[in-house]
Amino acid sequence: MKCVMTDSRTKLHERKRGPALFAVLAMCCSLASAAEIGQVKVVRGQVDLERNGQTLPAKVGMRLETADVLRTGADGSVGITMADNSLLSAGSNSILSLDRFDYDPTTNQGRFDTQLQKGSLSVISGRMAKQSPDAMTVRTPSAILGVRGTEFVVSAQ
Amino acid sequence: MTRNVARAVAVAAFGMLVWGCQTGTVVLLPEKDGKATAVVVKQRDGEVTLREPYAAANFSNTGPRAYQSSEDDVAAQFAGALAALPERPAEFTLYFVEGKDELADESRQIVTAIYAEIAKRPVPDVLVVGHTDAVGSDQLNDPLSQRRAEIVRAGLIQSGIAPENIVAIGRGKRELFVPTDDGVAHPRNRRVVIFVR
Repeated sequence: MKCVMTDSRTKLHERKRGPALFAVLAMCCSLASAAEIGQVKVVRGQVDLERNGQTLPAKVGMRLETADVLRTGADGSVGITMADNSLLSAGSNSILSLDRFDYDPTTNQGRFDTQLQKGSLSVISGRMAKQSPDAMTVRTPSAILGVRGTEFVVSAQ
Repeated sequence: MTRNVARAVAVAAFGMLVWGCQTGTVVLLPEKDGKATAVVVKQRDGEVTLREPYAAANFSNTGPRAYQSSEDDVAAQFAGALAALPERPAEFTLYFVEGKDELADESRQIVTAIYAEIAKRPVPDVLVVGHTDAVGSDQLNDPLSQRRAEIVRAGLIQSGIAPENIVAIGRGKRELFVPTDDGVAHPRNRRVVIFVR
């Protein structure tokens, strides 16, 4: 009971600072674009990003979107972080597509499906896979991996 | 007769070829926090669940074949991918003075560490996650946790971190640091967790 008071006190206190906070909230919500699902953190050698039928060189800092495909060359490798703290990195001669990333950060529920069409991939799963065992899958041309909140490596020929 | 034998040999040879056709590999790695985890490997012809560190499976045309890999094997086979893994998110927790949006004294030093971590990363982005304790409904706690996160986010922006690199979210009372029954107040649960990536 005491804490209900505490929390509502906080609420009241914060309500007094309403205009400033609303400004911050409005700014946040317009910036937290739903389209952005992750970010390129590491690029070595030749790495291309395919988006909407266009191919551009992948650069560190680039934001990622659903349906992006990363391709690494013979000397290439790429590392990305996702909005739910998942980390993925692909080695040389790899094709990695980010097929689906639906993430509700409040509940940590959602769905994250990637596909390693060829090459090699290392994965440290994030908040979604920790929350529910069937939230994350990695496909290769011959197998489907169900991720139960974990770290692993996978290759596809 | 001879034709049948020849056919049998051909079928067997083809079978071996197909059986031997490896189409990929998966290896489970040890968990940093030692928690139980698994990867379920599904193919058209079978399923294998990997549970132990370095438990592995080869994909083949006859389904997954389990085997035991090792640290050295993984290092040799996956050196390129592993070397490109981004640095793990660094995690910091800030506590609030009871009933206020003011940081507890112990948390002020942590703020310095957060800035140091952000400065260290090549393209930093920050996830700010607000939490409440177990008092009150989700309807009350979700916005409250969001506001706590927004306060921290605003502070980071004020200190020069680019707004587009900080996302603030509220988890309400869904992820208690100290597990309590519903309705129980606990200062360690009224917190904001910051991930620097």
